[in-house]
Amino acid sequence: MALTMAAIPWGVMAILLPLAGAMACFLSPRRASPLGLITALGVVACAAGLGWQVAEQGAQRYAIGGWGAPLGIDLYADGLSLLMLMVTAVVGLGISVYSSGYFNREKAVNFWPLWMFLWSALNALFLSADIFNLYVTLELLGLAAVALVALAGGADALTGAMRYLLVSLLGSLAYLLGVALLYHSFGCLDIALLAERMEPSPAVMAAMGLMSAGLLLKTALFPLHFWLPPAHASAPAPVSALLSALVVKASFYILLRLWLDVFPVTAAGLGQLLGLLGAAAVLWGGLQALRQTRLKMLIAYSTVAQLGYLFLAFPLGSNVAWQGALYLLLSHALAKAAMFMAAGNILCFGGHDRIADLDRVAQRLPLSLAAFGLAGVSIMGLPPSGGFIAKWLLLEAAMRSGQWWWVIILILGGLLAAAYVFKVIGYAFTQAVMTHEARAVPATMEWAALVLALVAILLGLVAPWPLALMEIGLPFGGEAAG
Amino acid sequence: MKKTMNPKSMTESGKIRTPFRLLLMVLLSALAAGLGYAVSTLSSQSPGSGEWVAANLETSGVSNPVTAVLLNFRSYDTLLEMGVLLVALLGVWSLGGIPEQRESSPGPVLDTLSRLLVPVLILVAGYLLWVGAHAPGGAFQAGSVLGAAGVLLLLAGWRLDARFAGLPLRITLTTGLGVFVVVGAVLMLVGRRLLEYPPSFAGALILLIEAAATLSIGMTLAALFLGSRPEAGPDR
Amino acid sequence: MSHVFLYALVGTGLFTLGLYALIVHTHLLRKILAINVMGSGVFLVLVALAARARGAAPDPVPHAMVITGIVVAVSATALALALMVRVRAETGRAELSEERPE
Repeated sequence: MALTMAAIPWGVMAILLPLAGAMACFLSPRRASPLGLITALGVVACAAGLGWQVAEQGAQRYAIGGWGAPLGIDLYADGLSLLMLMVTAVVGLGISVYSSGYFNREKAVNFWPLWMFLWSALNALFLSADIFNLYVTLELLGLAAVALVALAGGADALTGAMRYLLVSLLGSLAYLLGVALLYHSFGCLDIALLAERMEPSPAVMAAMGLMSAGLLLKTALFPLHFWLPPAHASAPAPVSALLSALVVKASFYILLRLWLDVFPVTAAGLGQLLGLLGAAAVLWGGLQALRQTRLKMLIAYSTVAQLGYLFLAFPLGSNVAWQGALYLLLSHALAKAAMFMAAGNILCFGGHDRIADLDRVAQRLPLSLAAFGLAGVSIMGLPPSGGFIAKWLLLEAAMRSGQWWWVIILILGGLLAAAYVFKVIGYAFTQAVMTHEARAVPATMEWAALVLALVAILLGLVAPWPLALMEIGLPFGGEAAG
Repeated sequence: MKKTMNPKSMTESGKIRTPFRLLLMVLLSALAAGLGYAVSTLSSQSPGSGEWVAANLETSGVSNPVTAVLLNFRSYDTLLEMGVLLVALLGVWSLGGIPEQRESSPGPVLDTLSRLLVPVLILVAGYLLWVGAHAPGGAFQAGSVLGAAGVLLLLAGWRLDARFAGLPLRITLTTGLGVFVVVGAVLMLVGRRLLEYPPSFAGALILLIEAAATLSIGMTLAALFLGSRPEAGPDR
Repeated sequence: MSHVFLYALVGTGLFTLGLYALIVHTHLLRKILAINVMGSGVFLVLVALAARARGAAPDPVPHAMVITGIVVAVSATALALALMVRVRAETGRAELSEERPE
């Protein structure tokens, strides 16, 4: 068989490689860190390969086992899943580099296999086209994430992990019941086939409600966000980064797929409800972030707020709105990972993350603060950054569809974000009441944070390319213009 | 530093107050009614993939339809599920272990029963593994029985020798997922798709994967029961 | 097919009962048990509706889904129980210290 670029199943390799890496790290704990880094580079190569494949040949469908739906499971890569995979690859590489400097030997032995399994679960999730397979990947993702949160030890992290686990299981079970109802209504589990056979019925409505509720719980949409700040704030810094950047987006991705493909969004009321909850999340998360005294809690509440923006696309429903939401997802992943990494550097440096006691971190950790600042630019939505492009698209969609009330939310959200970002930066320039013993921060950690923040800014400059990539396979419906 | 919220809905002891319980009961009764109604509309003959499975059963390598679905048509799900088991064990091990409470030596009943039952359980596991090709049975069922044998042994006070508790144990735990991934990868290398068994070898490949999986599942379940990472000998 | 409906109804009933117990009880072990009950409810719905006419073989795909689901549930329960023991060791009580307002 000709091993041309086009023939290699890059997507499958993106799933199998981290699994192999995880097992290798588990079997050979002494070399866990280098093995993990090599696997990370391999996965980035697979993502690039898949990107090339999709860009050249359009959306790809791969029938595992050769059977094809409805008998077997299909993998499907269009622009949407490709972009999710690519941002996971970039952020994942950054986190891998960061973690090689962050964890001591003992913790690293436990971290790397779990992180590789989580990465494999993410890739499997983004490429899956089968609703039951999505359940299995969700569970793999959830268990790995919980175990990673608990790595920090201590009462806060363990309680946060326990709550996170219970929430995750509840969400998955609600989703599974929806899967059961859908299967027994239409006899298939493949998303494309379900879309063909879909007709409204009480069972479908129940399934839509259950699956949405479960996935919204896992995506921490207000008011179901209660579990997120404790879990994300008490986890080790690289784990917080991957949770906020990637894991919560996975359930959002599934929700998006279901809404776009399986359940035609005819109920305008439900879209408005989601938009309303999203707006509440933006405001509530922003206000709570301002009130925090600890840096990681502030960043965690910022995640709650930013996730709210994603749901503003549901009432708007136009192509531009979906593009804006997706762009926000991408930029937020990069920016939030950079922020958590910078916070981790500050924590490592000073031994604490109390905002009021940041003690001229600006002078002593300039790279980390630069990373935080640049990430903040994207979170605030200032040009030039990915966040700015995303908000611009959402504003445009809101104005075009005449739903101007969302514009107010976008502006208020931006102001709140500016407030809490500048709060942190302000304290980083001033001297604290007591100076603290400083510990050296490895250069890899600082550079990893800075590079990710720079990519978030870069997204603002190269906007046409990801936007064009998004449209491959027309995941957002048939509108080619806009 | 730890904020303990005490919302109005909580009493001193932390239990939820009655008005909220009643509200919750009303809401959940509505949910139950809705779900019940939705399910009632499904009870008539529902379509399914059953005909597809029956049509392709001969080329699947086994004659039990459930095993065919689990190990052939939807083997990718099973692969990921082996990953889930391993991740759970990794998580439990990373928590640092539960301090072991050594009780006094097991009483005569447990002692005798474990000696009698464990070999039987291992035999039953082997039988279930073999029979899964044409009757209810298979890797997970056999693995569970093997895990039960492990639990019985652990309850009777047996512990894994330190020489085997390091790399050999880890190898046993990963063989299930490992064999699955290797088979899938090799099939891709010879030009087929992931996990696309050639019909002539399908039965043999399925048995191979199931055997490795049985071993791993049994070990994983027993290790999960033990809760803490067994102390290994000299680090290999 | 009324017995199919009965089993499926029991399944949804278990799901709702489990959800109630999950929210109401504060002890972690009860929450974990509640999750298991909910899981059993979902599996019951899957298997019950897989029945076909008397004498004909049932639909095997839901059965396979339930087997997968059971393994996942066992893994998750194991992790949850180990976490619960650690939470108790760290905080002295097997409860989540910050109860969400409900």
